[in-house]
Amino acid sequence: MNEREKILTRIREALKVPAPSPGTHAPASHLPVPGVPGLPSLRVPAPTTAAPVEARRWLPKVGPGFPEQLALFAQNAADLKATFQIFANWTELNAALVQLRDAENWQRVASHQSELSSQACAALQRPVCWTDKGYDVLALESCDVGVTECDALIAQTGSVLVTSRSAGGRALSVLPPHHVVIARREQLVADLPAAFALLQQKYAPEFPSMMGFITGPSRTGDIERILVLGAHGPKKLTIFCV
Amino acid sequence: MTVTLFVPCFVDALFPRAGISMVQILERLGHRVVCPAEVACCGQPPFNSGYWDEARPIARKVLQQLKDAEAVVIGSGSCGAMVKKFYPELFAGQPEAELATQIANRTWEFSEFLVRKLGVTDLGAHFPAKVTFHDGCHGLRELGIKQSPRALLGRVRGLELIEMKEAETCCGFGGTFAAKFPSISTAMGEVKCNSALETEAEYIVSNDSSCLMHIQGLLSRQGKPLKTLHLAEVLNHA
Amino acid sequence: MSTNVAQFQEAAARVTADTRQRQFIRTALGNYEIARDKRKAAFQSWESARQAAALTKWEAVNHLDTHLEELVAKLEARGTKVHWASNGTQAREIILGIVAAKQAKSIIKSKAMTSEEIHLNEALEKAGFEVVESDLGEFIVQLRGEAPYHIVFPSMHLTRGQIRELFARELGSTSSDSPEELTMVARRVMRHKYITADIGFTGGNFAIAETGMISITENEGNARLTAALPKTMVTLIGIEKVLPKLADLALFLPMLATAGAGQPLTCYNTMYGGPRQPGEADGPEEWHVVLLDNLRTELLADAEQRDALHCIRCGACLNVCPIFRNVGGHTYGTTYSGPVGSVITPHLRGLQDWKHLSNASSLCGACTEACPVKIDLHHHLLHNRRNAATEKPAFLERMGYKIFGIIANDPLFWSLAKKFGWLTQPLQKLVMGTALDPARAWTKTRDLPPLARQSFKDWWKHRP
Ligand code: SF4
Repeated sequence: MNEREKILTRIREALKVPAPSPGTHAPASHLPVPGVPGLPSLRVPAPTTAAPVEARRWLPKVGPGFPEQLALFAQNAADLKATFQIFANWTELNAALVQLRDAENWQRVASHQSELSSQACAALQRPVCWTDKGYDVLALESCDVGVTECDALIAQTGSVLVTSRSAGGRALSVLPPHHVVIARREQLVADLPAAFALLQQKYAPEFPSMMGFITGPSRTGDIERILVLGAHGPKKLTIFCV
Repeated sequence: MTVTLFVPCFVDALFPRAGISMVQILERLGHRVVCPAEVACCGQPPFNSGYWDEARPIARKVLQQLKDAEAVVIGSGSCGAMVKKFYPELFAGQPEAELATQIANRTWEFSEFLVRKLGVTDLGAHFPAKVTFHDGCHGLRELGIKQSPRALLGRVRGLELIEMKEAETCCGFGGTFAAKFPSISTAMGEVKCNSALETEAEYIVSNDSSCLMHIQGLLSRQGKPLKTLHLAEVLNHA
Repeated sequence: MSTNVAQFQEAAARVTADTRQRQFIRTALGNYEIARDKRKAAFQSWESARQAAALTKWEAVNHLDTHLEELVAKLEARGTKVHWASNGTQAREIILGIVAAKQAKSIIKSKAMTSEEIHLNEALEKAGFEVVESDLGEFIVQLRGEAPYHIVFPSMHLTRGQIRELFARELGSTSSDSPEELTMVARRVMRHKYITADIGFTGGNFAIAETGMISITENEGNARLTAALPKTMVTLIGIEKVLPKLADLALFLPMLATAGAGQPLTCYNTMYGGPRQPGEADGPEEWHVVLLDNLRTELLADAEQRDALHCIRCGACLNVCPIFRNVGGHTYGTTYSGPVGSVITPHLRGLQDWKHLSNASSLCGACTEACPVKIDLHHHLLHNRRNAATEKPAFLERMGYKIFGIIANDPLFWSLAKKFGWLTQPLQKLVMGTALDPARAWTKTRDLPPLARQSFKDWWKHRP
């Protein structure tokens, strides 16, 4: 028997005794006293199945329409200390990019070949390190900004969903000190369940080897639990939407 | 209704006034109170230390004595949790399993009995003082008792209830834990005492005398004027 | 008394005497609680989410074999090399084997409690490899030669001043003690390491059976870089980390962030499904996933405590635990500290040697209330106590309880005992708190209430 077999055998042996159903020992609910104002009741409708579709009912609420979702995304991005802007057209977006370039004095840009990011790079008029076909790590590291596309923006959490296919590989969105995401407004989805549904629909079964949610710029609280941005990944995250 | 009052061992020996207050309150409300002479302890000390075989004879005695009770009232959240929550587990697979569950269902912690079973919150008490309330963890988390004591205190004339910070944090008593790990127990107690002192209350009130014994022990050792009092004594104060 | 319990008592006494340190931890965790409560309130129903998460984990753990087989088949289909390790020794050998085969010199690591569990760093360093922890907190404790203080906040016990001194001593940095500047010192050191490391090592938070993926949660981006730049990637993960479906993460990722750090979502949540695939820009050429048992199947065999394998290592139970808050993480002397550590360590390292951790609890239940996957933590402490006492009862303690039972069950004995106590009480007063005091464990710091002259039962018997 190899280790795989040994471990699986041990698991099967162990599982012969059934376990009590989950949460049965949970503390009693705090019933409210009728007619006495006090703490809210902790009793809640219990989920009946663990099916993922139900998650939407428990997770933070997201409004149904685009304007609400956009507002929620903007609010979340602001809380996360990311910059989010939506533009009426490409001209405005390009102008904002150029302004950012000059403000931060970008000399070298890193990006990948795709419609939105290529267009952005054209506007920036700086030498570009393209990651698509492999790249020199030191060259990428010395870029001032990484410009990528994404798969979705998630209103519920203010996250950007990227994959190794949609965002020029694994390192581009995390190695340069500033990550700029260029997205279309149609890419805004309501919540995490919607984001996972999108991944399934777009890629299954040949998923990209890396898929990830980016929720604000890189951060740490490891020194006295004080928030510092730019621990290892980008110090800045800018999301431009058109 | 005939109420069978189970006075926990430490209330019996150390804080009889709390038990007496419970009797007087229940009788004032027109109930007949009986106290089984033979039960002294719920068996929690051996149970919590892992000696379940040693806890069972004590618990079995309690079950026998309470067998015919219409309603059992226990003047401590901790002992209440023992009977309501842990007896069924202690007797799982034993001949008394069913009896244990039945009695658990008929058992009430004192404040819960008043508020939820009898539907009474105003006992006509008068207690002109600032108090803060300490939730014993067993009552709070095993039995979900949070609101009943507050509902009762809210109707005491002259009483001002000030909630302390970190009100739901354990005081560090924990039964034999207090003696087995005195440094940790004391540290936890200090945190609790400081939270209580910050409220500038005159009394810490609780429905659990065991926590109060620990808190009072720390406070008086440090010469702090803050006093502890069982909920029943406050409610019995005219 | 075993040496473990003596060490624990000694460390607990030392830490609890340090009021400044206790206050420091309490403030940090108090801030965590405020943030967490805010995030919990944003859920439509946190309690239902917990129940759903518990159900999902229950399903995963109670069908662990089929989920694992699916996970492995899917991982292998995309070119990932999967290894099975029954214990720490095997896991270390597998990883050392990979590192040696690659003729690697340096290894960059992102945070993994499983690697602490099997003492991987020591093994790698002994074999002559350079290992660098890239998570800032882990990097700090690594420089100090210490174990992580907390499973999520490894360096939370240190002040910025201590970290500045450490960096000055170890890295020659001249930074001030602003957290910002200190973080940048580490960032600069680490950048170079990512680029030159031959092996990137990670842990994992979830393993998705349905799609064959490992999901990694982190804030700093260090795991992202670790999984992007080195040519070889090695991931060590416990077998219990499986979730059935990819979409389960929609619930677990925000719950982990909320319970663990009071965040809506951790900064980077990344799912890896294989090494670099054809047409992709970068990523490791090889990815090795090591599945670790290391007595998890023992815990699995204990149906009563099987739910301890639901743990997502969020650290919430540590954060709310009044014991942890007062004794700190290092006092436990274990890889996993706090309530969950006290529950599982006896299973992983021996019940009799580690039962004291289950005794060192007031059973307040704050942990169980905080746990996002509803593990019955404080009752399992009770179950460990029961198992320990049944397996190997302490003679005196057991006799004591037997005698106590006889006294408590007999009204005459009970009343005589009270009388005896009342009579001898004045004698005890004379030695109160001194070494002669039989109740010294109590009276060293606390007064004892006097036994009542008339007990309740006496009053009851004699009332008119
Ligand atoms: S036991 Fe629960 S609360 Fe503790 S670390 Fe694990 S998941 Fe989090």
